[in-house]
Amino acid sequence: MFADSVMSGLNGLTAGFANLHWSHPVMMIIGGLLLYLGIKKDCEPLLLVPIGFGCILINIPLAGLMDKEGFLRIIYDAGVITELFPLFIFIGIGAMTDFGPVLENPYTFLLGAAGQFGIFITLLLALALGFPYKDAVTIGIIGACDGPTVIYVASQYAQHLLGPVTVAAYSYMALVPVLQPPIMRMLTTQKERTTVMKSHAKSVSKTTKMLFPIVITIVGGLIAPKGLPLLATIMLGNLMKESGVVSRLTSAAENEIANIVTLLLGISIGATMSGPVFVQPKTLIILILGLLAICLDTVFGILFGKILYVVTGGKVNPLIGASGISAFPMAARVAQKEGLKYNNRNYLLMHAMGANAGGQVGSVMAAAVMLSVLNGMGLI
Amino acid sequence: MDKWTFGFTMVVVGMGGTICTLIVFSLIMSALKKVFPYRKEEDK
Repeated sequence: MFADSVMSGLNGLTAGFANLHWSHPVMMIIGGLLLYLGIKKDCEPLLLVPIGFGCILINIPLAGLMDKEGFLRIIYDAGVITELFPLFIFIGIGAMTDFGPVLENPYTFLLGAAGQFGIFITLLLALALGFPYKDAVTIGIIGACDGPTVIYVASQYAQHLLGPVTVAAYSYMALVPVLQPPIMRMLTTQKERTTVMKSHAKSVSKTTKMLFPIVITIVGGLIAPKGLPLLATIMLGNLMKESGVVSRLTSAAENEIANIVTLLLGISIGATMSGPVFVQPKTLIILILGLLAICLDTVFGILFGKILYVVTGGKVNPLIGASGISAFPMAARVAQKEGLKYNNRNYLLMHAMGANAGGQVGSVMAAAVMLSVLNGMGLI
Repeated sequence: MDKWTFGFTMVVVGMGGTICTLIVFSLIMSALKKVFPYRKEEDK
């Protein structure tokens, strides 16, 4: 009797090991790798650390963290399924983003459009590989190079892909300084890279800066109503910043709210990375397609930059085209660094920041337009 | 609807829609800058 009782007790202590699936340790290693990238390599640590830890947690069997009453399930249902977390993050991003450079040179909005081509080409590739419509849209949106947008779309239309697409989006965003320079060098000539762009004197009034978020919300919302939450939250954050009268709210949006939500979002995204679900050939294909999407964004951005170079008679440096993606301000810094490499008096930062801010709006609009087109086609 | 019809519709309408929207934004911003020009006094 006592021996049976001891054996039952011991069974309780070994059940976790007994229920380990081979994919669980694999995912723990992947979680560890994400932690390594975040902590040692400083790749998007704010996201990769909680994602990596969440990934390790969810692969410990029998803990029930994603069961009905599990604490990760509660966080996930409250903020990811409802899409609230990415939207809260967007308020913070809006409060942190200075759209001044894109307002100085409104044409840079067009570079932000070119930087979204990868989304649509990748969507086609995903369809060709047999992914269903909504999955293909979600995979394509990795090309937005914008974590919250990816999470927003995936949580609505392909929750089973949330883990891989989010990890792809944040990892590749962190790898922008590695991915973009070879493409930039490959697609531009020495003469183009050394093009010096004139800097303009400050030319945007405070009224324009305040009207920008309001007008963009109304016009963008009318064009693509299904994406209004994405656009409206980023613009609300920006209006708070530019108005200057709600500094407490602005500060909360870019600090406390953004920090708390980032933590909860990260850990709950990590919780979607359960071994048996994640370790599949499909995940690898998604990661490859995501990489391709971001490379294609860079390619089309630079090609559009080259068109502007020709049209303006050599006044636009095509390198700033690579900044037309949403990885803000990393992509702009890459353009600045590359420009300086070939001409040490060539300061492209403000122009690249314009393209980068355009890419921020462009990625949100691309997602909003996609959702509205899907809605128009009766698919959502 | 077959997948290619869907895919190419998304490319044409989606990408076209994104470009057109950003062109509209760009024009609106240029117009706003003209209507509310920057004045140096704003810095004070």
